[in-house]
Formats: sequence, structure tokens, C-alpha cells
Amino acid sequence: MAVKITDGNFKDKVKDNLQDDFMRGAVSGAQDRLRSRRLENAEELGNWEEWRSHGEEIRQHVLENLDYYLQELSDNVQKLGGHVFFAQTADDANRYIEEVVKKKNAKKIVKSKSMVTEEIGLNAVLEKAGCNVIETDLGEYILQLDEHDPPSHIVAPALHKNKEQIRKVFEEKINYKKSNDPTELARHARETLRNEFLTADVGITGCNFAIAESGSISLVTNEGNARLATTVPKTQITVMGMERIVPTFEELEVLVSLLTRSAVGQKLTSYITVLSGPRREGDADGPEEFHLVIVDNGRSKILGTEFQSVLQCIRCAACINVCPVYRHIGGHSYNSIYPGPIGAVLTPLLAGYDDFKELPYASTLCGACTEACPVKIPLHDLLHKHRQIIVEKEGKAPISEGLMMKAFGIGAASNPLYTTGTKLATKVMKPFMKDKEFISKGPGPLKEWTMIREFPTPKNERFRDWYKNREGGDNK
Amino acid sequence: MIQQRAPFIKNIATALGREMNTTKKPERNWKYNPQAKTLTDLSRDELVQVFQKQCSNIHTDYIETTADQLKEVLANRVDLYGGGPVSIWKDERFDTFGLRNLLEEEWPQASIEVNEWNVENGDDNIILAEKANVGITFSDITLAESATVVLFSTGGQGRSVSLLPQTYIAIIPKSTIVPRMTQAAQIISEKVQNGETVPPCINFISGPSNSADIEMNLVVGVHGPIKATYIIVEDR
Repeated sequence: MAVKITDGNFKDKVKDNLQDDFMRGAVSGAQDRLRSRRLENAEELGNWEEWRSHGEEIRQHVLENLDYYLQELSDNVQKLGGHVFFAQTADDANRYIEEVVKKKNAKKIVKSKSMVTEEIGLNAVLEKAGCNVIETDLGEYILQLDEHDPPSHIVAPALHKNKEQIRKVFEEKINYKKSNDPTELARHARETLRNEFLTADVGITGCNFAIAESGSISLVTNEGNARLATTVPKTQITVMGMERIVPTFEELEVLVSLLTRSAVGQKLTSYITVLSGPRREGDADGPEEFHLVIVDNGRSKILGTEFQSVLQCIRCAACINVCPVYRHIGGHSYNSIYPGPIGAVLTPLLAGYDDFKELPYASTLCGACTEACPVKIPLHDLLHKHRQIIVEKEGKAPISEGLMMKAFGIGAASNPLYTTGTKLATKVMKPFMKDKEFISKGPGPLKEWTMIREFPTPKNERFRDWYKNREGGDNK
Repeated sequence: MIQQRAPFIKNIATALGREMNTTKKPERNWKYNPQAKTLTDLSRDELVQVFQKQCSNIHTDYIETTADQLKEVLANRVDLYGGGPVSIWKDERFDTFGLRNLLEEEWPQASIEVNEWNVENGDDNIILAEKANVGITFSDITLAESATVVLFSTGGQGRSVSLLPQTYIAIIPKSTIVPRMTQAAQIISEKVQNGETVPPCINFISGPSNSADIEMNLVVGVHGPIKATYIIVEDR
């Protein structure tokens, strides 16, 4: 699939997705639920801000010392009897994996959910090589059965589909005869996929965090599919982005605690699985052969730049779950496997500005993403940096965007200025306001959605204040 | 085998604007340490209470018992789940807790098939675990905050036993309870620093498998076990 999902431009995608009422309802419902569960669980810890700061310092430390930790990790994997391949590009990674699969004469491959394998477009390569590649995460499985419908959220990929659509897909593709009840649907997937797991030659997984001190990889899941993919098949291939690493188990614990709370509001997910090399002598399950593929694919170009902090990301989607723009336009509008604020920052860095120059404008720079991020990536600052670069590159931005930029932009770098910036926003948007409440013909990137929906006017009360007040109200 | 490492890592050092370092362990001078304060002031009994409360959030049945009554409690639970086949680890703790007679005499006599993990049987272990109605293991470390059992899998402690059966029962010696994942991480990290090799598979299991991938509706029981019970037992 690669980073870019389809051809077609941002504005058309926004227009299409705004027509999808189910998707829009599903997105806002999911956002509300995930956000409130995250806040509840964060609050329960008591010192959430300290946890975030610790998460941030761990991720920064790892990025600053990435050469050392990758060396240590790969040495330790080798000591355990595993193989490590360093892939500079997506092609390098795909070529190596294809080679392993061919050497094993593998026909059937089970996969657990992995963003980096989506990013490098691995499935297409393996299918072309004649393999049957089966996605086993329930959401991914649904999308794969439905003619490779793209994911719209990094944690809940099939969020845009309703249960009746899913029932129809199951009926058509896997001989399903029951109702659209989610439990019945899931049980059928369990039975169908159980057979696939038991007969698969190779299991492919992503990696939430690798642990340098022990040469381990960890998988954070709820369904149990990643466990199956690493228990039954004789060969395991794990693909990881090169920055997804921690020094020791102690830092693993901190980041897992931040991830599960931020992603789904759970203290821990049902399964945190830590795997260290292939099975040992005297073991009767687990893979006999283990391959770790460490992928750069553009990440080293971000390292050492003003965008380095985006590599702190632990893929929790908390930023997506609070983003007012994602709420309006849904995941598919971004046309990237990485949607929402993190996608708007990361996608142009990995896949270039040419196809994705609108994404940094798909933000109100309200800062909700930055506040939600468990490892303190300054997302809205990075979006603002992108805009500056795009404007420099393109010569100039449309005047309305220029005005917006000035109003929102100047201040994003420092707090007092930011306050002025968001307050000024009300004035900048005035020409587009209808009854002072809604923007009906927004400028620039706002245009497509304000043609259909009226966009609430920036209030004199800023989003952060509004959010705080609202929160207070909820906790009464 | 390690392939293509040197140029890959050198490129990273270049991007970071410095000489490559692959030999000098970076110092970790953390400014923050929030995990040291989380639940660390609770007594063991208070931790059991935290654990019990969390069980209801993760759809897991909680039973507290004594070593003397464990056999009866376990037998009842397996009956409630619909009987055998039962899949178990090869584990001395079944003897320590007086369960050997149940496993080798009482259940077989009641036509409840019991399959103990046996490395010599190779792949058949997986097939038997897959056909099992109940999987039973002990917990090696138990986390109060998240109601998590930590399982070290290698040798006779096959990973499949807590994964493939329809239902799962964890026997939890009370002495294994710690506040949260922090303490488990410290225990494991200490082993690594002492030169021990960690087991090939460590699972942190918190209840039955689940998914919210269909319209954000929670479905309990997806690829792993559909139901789970924790039995906390006073140590012998």
C-alpha cells in the first residue's frame, strides 16, 4: 500500500468523505470514547504530567543514541540465534523478506497488525511472489476481505465500516450465515482464522518496542492474533521502524504504560508479549527461525532536523482522537496510512511535499494534539514548521491562507504569542462568519468542508480553555 | 547473522552530526521517575484488593482460596467451563499445591482428559492445546494494578497453553503479587544484567482476548481464550 493510499487530491477526498454520514458519526463517537477513557486512566495515575515527561526523555535519549542501541539490539538478537537485516529502503526490506519466504518455500503467511509493513507495501510484494498473505487483526482482516479497503485509523483501522457492511463482506467472502451482531461476527473470524494460523508457514509481525539489553521485541495487543502468529508458524519475521527501541525492560514498562492508556484507555492491553529470539532447545512451540528487519525508509533524513521529535512517536493515536479536523473529515481524507495530526506531520516527511502539501493545513493549530501526546511531541509546532517550508518552496500561499497563517502561526512558537494568535483568529475569520457562530465559506483548506458543514467560529474562549471548562463540567 | 549494519548505523551517526558510537554505553540520567511512586505504599493485602477490583474491568472471574481448598475450587471451575480436555504446563507447582492427584487420577476417572506439555511430543502439543477446552498455568509474577499474570514460557511451560484453549485459568500464588509492571520489569532487567538469558517468550496477560474493531463494540473472546479465571491462593 505504501504511505500514499490512492491517487486523487486532498480536496476531492475531503468532499467525498464529508458525504459519509456513518463514518462521520463513527469517528466522532470513537473519538469521544477513546479520549474520555484516556483521560480517566491518565487521571487515575495521579501524576500523568510526570509520566509524559519521563516518556519524552526516554524517547529523546533513544533517538540521540540510536547508533549504540541498534548495535546492542542486533548483537543480542544474534546471540540468541536470530537474524537481523538492516534495510535502508522499503525495497531493501521487501527484497529480504521475499527471499526468506522463498527459501522457506512458504505459501501461507499470517500477519498481525503492523504499520511499518503497510508503509513499505509488503503485502503486495509477497502476493506477487505467489503467497497467500492473511491479515489477522480483526479490523485489518475485515478491510482485506473487502477488496483491500484502506485503514482509516491507526488503532481502529475499520472504524469507518458499520456492522451491516461487515456482515455482508463476511457473507460474501467467508461463508458467514449469521446476524450482524459483533460477537457473532468476531467468533466466525476466530474459527476461520484459527485454521489459517494452524497451517501457516510464516508469521509476520510489527514491533511496538525492541529492547536493546536483551535482544527482545514486544507486541502490545488485545485479540491474541500476534501471539498466534508467533507461536504456531515455524518462521517468524518481525519488521520494525528503526526508532522503535528502548534501552532496557524498565523503559519498556514506562512506554507501554503510556501507550496502552493513550491508545485505548487500558492499564495494559490483554497481551503484552516479549519475544527473545527463536525457540530454544527443549521448546515445543514458537518459531524455529527468527528474522528481525530494521527499517530506515526515510527516518534518518528526519533525524538531526527540526522535525526529529516526530520520531518520538509511539503510534498510540491519542492525537488523532482529539483532533477537530480528523473529526470532520475522517481518516481517508488524509490519503496516507498515517492520518490525523501525526500523519499530517509524518507523511510529508516520509513521502514528500508534492503529494501531501495540503496536510499541514488540515489542522486548526489548536494544540489539542500536542497536549494529548504521551511523549510530548510538539505536533502543532511541527505542522507550523511544515507550513513555513511549503510557503518558502511554493513562493507564496493564497492570501486567505496567508492571513490565517499569520493569525495562528506567529504565536505558535511561544505561549504569550500563541494566546494573541488564537484570539486574533476570531477577527481573521470574521469575513466568513455567518451569524457570528459558524463559518460558512471558509478560506483555503476550510472551503471544502464549510461548503457542506458550517465550521464553528473560533470563540473568544480558546479551545484549551473550552476543553478545561468542559472537563470540569464532566467531573462534577 | 547480521546484514547491512555498518553503513546503516554510520548513516544514523552522520544524521545526528557526530562520530559513530557503538561501544560506549550511554548514561541514562533520568530526571523523572513517576513509576517509583505508583502503588508502592500498599501492603500485600491491599494489593490483592486492587487486583480484585481490576478483574471486573477486564471481564475476568476472581476467586481467592487457600492451598487446602485449591483442588476443589479448580475442579469446580473446570466443571463450570464445561469440563475437558484440559491442557496444562509441565510444572512442579502442581505438586507443591497438592493437585497431582486431581490431574492424574480424579479427572481421568471422570473422563476429563488431561494433557501435560511434553516436549518429546513435538507439534502434537500445539494440536492438543488447540483442542483443549481449558488451559491451566501458574503465574510467575502478578501485577496488581492491571490484574495481569506474567508467564515465562520455555521448555515445559509452552506458550500455547494460555493461548489456544477456549478458556483459561491462572493459578496465582499470593507471594507473586507486585504493585505493577514496574516491579516485573525490574526483576527481568536484573536477570539480564546478571548475565541470564531471558526466556524466549514472556507474556503479560490481562484477562481474556478482546476486540473493539467492529463499531467500537467490545467483543470478549477473539483469537485467544474467550473466558478467563484467576485463582489467588495462599502460599504453601
